[in-house]
Amino acid sequence: MELTTTQYKRCDLIKPVGRIDGSNASDLEKLLTQFTDESKFKLVLDMSDVNFMSSAGWWVLIRIQKVCKRYKRGELVLVNVDERIRGSLDLVGMGSYFKIFDDITAAVGSF
Amino acid sequence: MVRTVKFPGRYDALPKISNFVVDAAREAGLTDSQVYAVDLAVDEACTNIIDHAYGGEDMGEIQCTCNISEEGLTVTLCDKGRPFKPVKIPAPKENARLKDLKSGGAGLFLIHKMMDKVNYDFIKGLGNVLTMTKLKSTKEVREN
Repeated sequence: MELTTTQYKRCDLIKPVGRIDGSNASDLEKLLTQFTDESKFKLVLDMSDVNFMSSAGWWVLIRIQKVCKRYKRGELVLVNVDERIRGSLDLVGMGSYFKIFDDITAAVGSF
Repeated sequence: MVRTVKFPGRYDALPKISNFVVDAAREAGLTDSQVYAVDLAVDEACTNIIDHAYGGEDMGEIQCTCNISEEGLTVTLCDKGRPFKPVKIPAPKENARLKDLKSGGAGLFLIHKMMDKVNYDFIKGLGNVLTMTKLKSTKEVREN
């Protein structure tokens, strides 16, 4: 999975590219787990270049969110989520477990 | 117009199945949001086939048929895995605490929400047959 990362003073921004489904959700999980393994729990996931996400991808985000929020040490926030992805996320009630921002400045500034 | 392709029951076949179905959905004249709905429903269904019907990768094939008609697109998925006939569709838990959420279970619910008609059958010789239809809505056709 193609992915770029940017380190900010108070958080890390991760930007995956393309389609996230059962074929590569585990790759995304491994990449995000690298951050939490390094005790980086304040994460911004920039989804501006993600055009599809199935429930396999959302469950990865839920598991990472659980790790980040434990002991109130951080949070995984989302930014620039495609309307169709957001629609299906809300449909299964998973949208409520994430703060979703419309621009990176606001997302990074939330930490 | 009817097209059928057999795909291996593997996760890395999911993007190929998506391409096949998305092309047919566009050809059927569905809107972008309808195409996404079909793409998502088929992805969830194929993941369920690999995970549950076959119980893992490389245990069998997924036969995918796209039927483009006046009313829209019908996708039929056949597998020879364990018979599957859901008696009820589990709705996602509302207001559950984050720590209480357990992975899985959203796929079936989504398939029914994304598609207009969904039917399951187990046919001797064919195996599990899942038929899903997305209708061209009059309203959205007018918007185009």
